Amino acid sequence: MKNYKHLTFPMSIFLSIFFLLPLIFVIFYSFMEKGLYGGVVNVFSFDAYKQIFQRSYQIITLRTLLIALEATVITVVLALICAYAIAQSHHQTLFLSLIVLPFLTNSLIRIFAWMSILSTDGMLNNLLLKIGIISNPLSLLYNRNAVILIMVYMYLPYAILPIFSAIDSFDFSLLEASRDLGATKFQGIRKVLFPSIKNGINTSILFTFIPAFGAYTISLLVGGKDSYLLGNLIVDQITKTRNWPLAAAFSLLLTLVSIVGILYIYRRPSYAKKSKKYQKGK
Amino acid sequence: MIGSEVIVDHVSKSFDTFCALGDVSLKIRQGEFFSLLGPSGCGKTTLLRIIAGFESPDSGNILLDNENVVALSPDKRRCNTVFQSYALFPHLSIYENVAFPLRLKKVKESVIDEKVQYYLNLVQLNSQMSKMPNQISGGQKQRVAIARALINEPKVLLLDEPLSALDAKLRTNLLRELDRIHDQIGITFIYVTHDQTEALSVSDRIAVMNHGKILQVGEPYEIYESPSTGFVANFIGETNSFTAVVEECEKLNETNYLCTLMSKQLGKIQITDYEETKPGQKVSISVRPEKINISLDEKNQFPGTNIFSGIVEEPVYAGFQSKLFVRLDNGTLIKIYQQHKKYLEDGPEINYQDRVYISWTAEDGYIIEDIEN
Repeated sequence: MKNYKHLTFPMSIFLSIFFLLPLIFVIFYSFMEKGLYGGVVNVFSFDAYKQIFQRSYQIITLRTLLIALEATVITVVLALICAYAIAQSHHQTLFLSLIVLPFLTNSLIRIFAWMSILSTDGMLNNLLLKIGIISNPLSLLYNRNAVILIMVYMYLPYAILPIFSAIDSFDFSLLEASRDLGATKFQGIRKVLFPSIKNGINTSILFTFIPAFGAYTISLLVGGKDSYLLGNLIVDQITKTRNWPLAAAFSLLLTLVSIVGILYIYRRPSYAKKSKKYQKGK
Repeated sequence: MIGSEVIVDHVSKSFDTFCALGDVSLKIRQGEFFSLLGPSGCGKTTLLRIIAGFESPDSGNILLDNENVVALSPDKRRCNTVFQSYALFPHLSIYENVAFPLRLKKVKESVIDEKVQYYLNLVQLNSQMSKMPNQISGGQKQRVAIARALINEPKVLLLDEPLSALDAKLRTNLLRELDRIHDQIGITFIYVTHDQTEALSVSDRIAVMNHGKILQVGEPYEIYESPSTGFVANFIGETNSFTAVVEECEKLNETNYLCTLMSKQLGKIQITDYEETKPGQKVSISVRPEKINISLDEKNQFPGTNIFSGIVEEPVYAGFQSKLFVRLDNGTLIKIYQQHKKYLEDGPEINYQDRVYISWTAEDGYIIEDIEN
C-alpha cells in the first residue's frame, strides 16, 4: 500500500501556529521584566518565578489544586454511574443526545441559569421556604461549594462520553467469566471491568481536571473569597495589576501541572510490570 | 479427580413469551462426556447457563451430586465454563488469565506457579504464557480458556460451543485434544454444540434438543442408527446442506407438506417436510449423500423433481462405496455416496471428469433448520 503519511504535514503547521508559538511566547514573557502599563520590557529576569512562591500565591495555587481535584473526583464518580446506566439502557441515543444538548447553549448562559436557581431569592430557596424545610433563605452562591457544583455540572458531559464509549465496547461476558471463575460481583467489577475501561476513566479524569484547574469564569461568577483561583489570578495580573510576566509564569504552571497529569495517567500500565515477572518458560 | 453427577430436574425457562426450556429432565453420569446437540435456539445454551448459574430456572432444580445448587451464584458452584467467545481478560497475560481464579483465592505464589504451569502444559501452551490475549490465535485462546476453567479443579466442565469460532481443521485438532483432556482429568464434561459430527465423535452420550425439549438421549450409535423422531434423523448424519427460500408449500396429506424452494446453490427444488413452512421463509435444506441417485444417462433419472447435471470432480473409492464429488454447472459441489455393484469385473461405473446426471426425490430432502431472519 502506498504511504500517505507525508500528507499529514498541514496538521503540523496548524499545531505549530496555534499551539507551539503561543506557548513559546508565554515562556518568553515569563522570563522578562514587567512593563509599567502592561506588556513586558525586553530585559531578562527571574522576578516572576520568585513571586510565584510568595505565601499568598502558594495558598491560591494549593486551593485551585484542591478544588479541581474535588470537582474531578465527584464528576468522574458521577460519570461512571451515568455512563454505566446509559450503556446498559435501551435508549442510548436519547440519553446521549440529552447529554450533548447543553452544548447548544452558551456556557455563560448556563451559569447564569444556575445563578437564578441558587440565588437567595432564587427557585431553590423559594421552594425550600414554601415547603417549610428552612425559615431563612440559604446563601448558596458565591462560595467554594457553588464553584465545585457548577464545575461538576459543566464538565460532567465531557467525563461521561469517554467512559460511556469504553463501557459500551466492554464485553460483558468477561464479567460472567469472572463470576464463573470464582469472583464475587464486586471483585469482577474491580478486577475485570475497571482495568478494561481504565483508558476511558483516565481520559475523563483529564477532561475534567485540566479545565477545572484552569477555570476562570465559574469562580468569577459564582465564587467568593474562598474560591479565588489561579485563573482569576492570571486575569487580574493582566488587566488590573499589569504584571504580564507573572501571569505568564502562572499560565506555564497550569500547563506544566496538566502535562505532568497527562504523563502520569498514561504511564506504562501496571500489569505490564507484573506479568514480566512470569516470563519464564520462554 | 472425580466428576459430579448432574441431574436436571423438570427445568423450565421462558424469556418473555419465548419458551426456551419446557420441563427438561436429564441425568448426566459421573465423569461422562455428555453433549447437548441441537440447532440454534433449541435451548441447549440456556440449559448450560442454568447449570452454570448465569440464569435461574423458572421452575425445577439442578442437582450436583444430589445437592440442589439452584440458589447458588456461579462463583459458589463447582463447575466452570469455557465460553464460545473465549472471554479471556484482555488486560491480563496468558499466565495471569490462568492464574486469575487462584489469585482471587489468595493462593500462595509457589502453588499458583506450579498449577499454572501444569494446566498450561496440559493444553500445550507453556511457551505462550507471557503473551497477551490479542497476540495469540483463536485456537490458542480457546486452549487458554480451557486451562483457566480447569485450574479451579471443577467437578463439571461446561463447554458452550467452544469450537464454533474456529476453522474446520483447528476444530478437529482441538476436539481430539478435548477428548484427551477429558480422559486425563476424568471430570464430567457437558458439551453444547450444533455440530453433529463433533457430538458423535467425542461424546459418551448425546441429548438431541429442539424447541426447548429433549427429543432423544443416547449413545452416539443409538442416535444415528435409531433416531426417535424425524427431526433427530434429519439432524444427525452426513449431508449436503444448502440454504433456500420457500416459494410454495402445499399440504400433501395429514403429516406431509410438499415445499417448492428456490436455492442459490441449486435453483428450484422440491422437498417434503413434516412441518409447514411459509413462502418467503429462509431455511436450510439437506440431502444425505447416500440418497442421491447418480447416472451417466439423463433418462435413468426419476421423472420430475430435482434433476441436476454436473462434472465428477473427485471420485473416491472407499471400500463398500464410492464417494463422488460432483461440481454442478452452476458451481455448487455435491457429495454423493454410491454403493458398488461389480467393481472388480466392470471397474468404476463413473470416472473422473464424466458428465453425470443426479437427482433425488422430494422425500429424500429435509428442511433442517430455519435460519433466523
